[in-house]
Amino acid sequence: MAKVFVPTMLQSATGGVKEVEVEARNVRQAIERLDELFPGIAGRLMEDDDIRPNLAVDVDGEVARMGLMQRISETSEIHFVPAIGGG
Amino acid sequence: MTTANQVLSEVEYDVVGQRPVRPDGVDKVTGRAQYGADLNLTGLLHGRVLRSPHAHARIRSVDTGKAEALAGVRAVVTAADLPFASLNKDELGGDYNRFKFLSDNFLASDKVLYRGHAIAAVAADNAHVAEAALALIDVDYEVLEPVIDVRAAMQDGAPLLHDDLVHTSAMGEVSENPSNVASYMKFDKGDTAAGFAQADVIVEREFTTASVHQGYIEPHNATAHWRADGQINVWCSTQGAFVVRNITADALRVDVSDVRVTPMEIGGGFGGKVSFYLEPVAALLSRKSGAPVKVLMSRTEVFEGSGPAPGSWMRVKMGANRAGKITAAEIELAFEAGAYPGSPVMQGATCAFACYDLDNATVSGYDVVVNKPKTAAYRAPGSPQAAFGVEQVVDEVAQKLGVDPVEFRLNNASKEGVRKVEGPVFQKVGLVECLEAARNHDHYRTPLEGPNRGRGIAAGYWMNRGFHSSVNMTVNPDGTVNLIEGSVDIGGSRASIAQQAAETLGIGYEDIKPQVVDTDSIGFTMVTGGSRTTFATGWAAILAAEDVKTQMVERAASIWDVPADEVEYDSGVIRHKSEELSFTFQELARQLYTTGGGITGTASLDPTGEGNSFGVHVVDVEVDPDTGKTEILRYTAIQDAGKAVHPSYVEGQIQGGAVQGIGWALNEEYYFGDSGQMMNSSFLDYRMPTSLDLPMIDTVIVEVANPGHPYGVRGVGEVPIVPPLAAIANAVEQATGKRMTALPITPGSVLEAEWNGG
Repeated sequence: MAKVFVPTMLQSATGGVKEVEVEARNVRQAIERLDELFPGIAGRLMEDDDIRPNLAVDVDGEVARMGLMQRISETSEIHFVPAIGGG
Repeated sequence: MTTANQVLSEVEYDVVGQRPVRPDGVDKVTGRAQYGADLNLTGLLHGRVLRSPHAHARIRSVDTGKAEALAGVRAVVTAADLPFASLNKDELGGDYNRFKFLSDNFLASDKVLYRGHAIAAVAADNAHVAEAALALIDVDYEVLEPVIDVRAAMQDGAPLLHDDLVHTSAMGEVSENPSNVASYMKFDKGDTAAGFAQADVIVEREFTTASVHQGYIEPHNATAHWRADGQINVWCSTQGAFVVRNITADALRVDVSDVRVTPMEIGGGFGGKVSFYLEPVAALLSRKSGAPVKVLMSRTEVFEGSGPAPGSWMRVKMGANRAGKITAAEIELAFEAGAYPGSPVMQGATCAFACYDLDNATVSGYDVVVNKPKTAAYRAPGSPQAAFGVEQVVDEVAQKLGVDPVEFRLNNASKEGVRKVEGPVFQKVGLVECLEAARNHDHYRTPLEGPNRGRGIAAGYWMNRGFHSSVNMTVNPDGTVNLIEGSVDIGGSRASIAQQAAETLGIGYEDIKPQVVDTDSIGFTMVTGGSRTTFATGWAAILAAEDVKTQMVERAASIWDVPADEVEYDSGVIRHKSEELSFTFQELARQLYTTGGGITGTASLDPTGEGNSFGVHVVDVEVDPDTGKTEILRYTAIQDAGKAVHPSYVEGQIQGGAVQGIGWALNEEYYFGDSGQMMNSSFLDYRMPTSLDLPMIDTVIVEVANPGHPYGVRGVGEVPIVPPLAAIANAVEQATGKRMTALPITPGSVLEAEWNGG
């Protein structure tokens, strides 16, 4: 099962739970599973059917180029991290 | 004293790692290179921009009548000419704020939010008439109280820049009341309170840094021609032609295919030319006048009307035990976004503790609007400010423990497998190798003698980026290859990309002919920024070269009438695996047009595996106790480049970043008057370091190959500006015994610290 790390600011919505294991094939499904466990949390992570503009999804140490469609494996780690540009 | 630059290589290649002459070198040293200001199209008009004298004011009205009547004036535009003015708020929905902020930063509609904010623009037969016309535009302002300091802007009751448009967004939760705090984010790891409880030593300090400018030598410029058929051609100085195309199309509400952007040579950017200001304005002037229009900024306009790096406030707390391990760390950052939301505070937060393997840490950041120009990227956006605080606190903790600052950092250094505070795990990185190189360097091993002198060290981090890049490569009959790319060459990337192509093809570097082209002539390519170009566009060149190799093998097989899998490509030679048949690359190139046609390899990708970068800087200073002036005596900058494709250009990036960091540390700041006006908007008064202020910057390139790139490349352009601010502050503390917590460390601030016992 893939492991989803709950962002610090959303742990109040999960009763302090920091990690959740979910059955999912992509990031969208992982968020849906998370939302089933903690209703409303998807709305904190997503906006207009996409990841919030100031957030990025990190899957197994790499920023997910395909966003919600990024494939994940049974051993994947999923983090929601600040979106970063550069100079 | 050993001062030679060093390269600590792991792997050697034929072309990658060599130091060939840059393809654009002759044009640049002979003055033939074409920059935006050099462009002169037939019938060209000259544009100028009217800017606000107030830092914060409501625009009651703008009367352009007298300007339009002036002889020689061909067009005048205001915000009313931008599509935003005629769009319905309800139709825009949730997109309203984004579009208003985008549009208003080109030409202000209802409010000016910083001195220098563009209000109107004129196109005329010559620049003098255009400037005279600006003086004839009447703007009626209701002047408002400005707020230019990040902490003041966060207070309840502070003047609001955006009335009711900005509310604090905290990962999906939005504050009920409007605020200058546009967003807040926090992340943590472990149990920070418990970690502090385990500490034997705790240091906590607050820090501030001033707004500073990137200081690129070439001002912003743009020429636009809005043709009668609706096609908009733009020529400009930019780090990303496709970003200019997309955002110009967005602001003008036209299709991206209606906009063609040609990047001219660029006279520096350092992140500041990821943002742009003039292109849609020039296009509007062109549409109204029916002629091409060129708009140039003066240096004062660059300072007052383009984005600086943000001023900041930070609180840093760190605890460690007697064993020399950091037990907990905490940082709170507030960054000035300037007039519109979007500071790099979360970049700063992400970088803040990246150098350290922490079990317990908390990081939080506030993005705050103030009455200054909208901030723009500047090398490793956000990271130098964060390092200024964190690396001083690290130094002070090491002092209190009586541990050498390099050894303390080595004892806590991030390495492969360490989990970052924000969650993901580091892959192979080279911080430990950089620290070991610092410890072993002649500079660090040579005692610093003499009064009022001090040595400082600091580490720095930048995550680097991949993003989209495209390359086309066409084989010429003479055996050379035209390499077409969309990455603006801001620091020698034509060479570094050509080297990777030549290495992959097994041909000479001089046989690759790189060209940077317009947005209609190559696939989508992101900005030259984020330390991504040599990594990502280089990788695109590698893939395009592999495509060429595959087609060359197929062509040879066709000529020899054998299956392609019996043919191999080896170091620029195409040969049959068993029979005595072979072509050199050049021999086969000559036959392409008579054996089926030319060969073009293409690649477009968005690669992962960019590999994070670390640097460690060592600096010796002497502080004059009478004047407070800090002199840099010796400076050594060490950095993991993964693989230095062109070591001279890597050294140049390291030296340039270090010098800009020295300026940030000692001299540079936007100095504001009481009404929020910048008081030093020229290079006479905004003091950047010159060669006379500096010793030679010695470099050490450490090569810990990035497993995520075929040649082990990591981006190098940004991390060298991260350590200097704190390294110099640490050195000043060693020299004076005073901990300087505010930038810049001017002679006055040093004396003030002496007098106040600070």
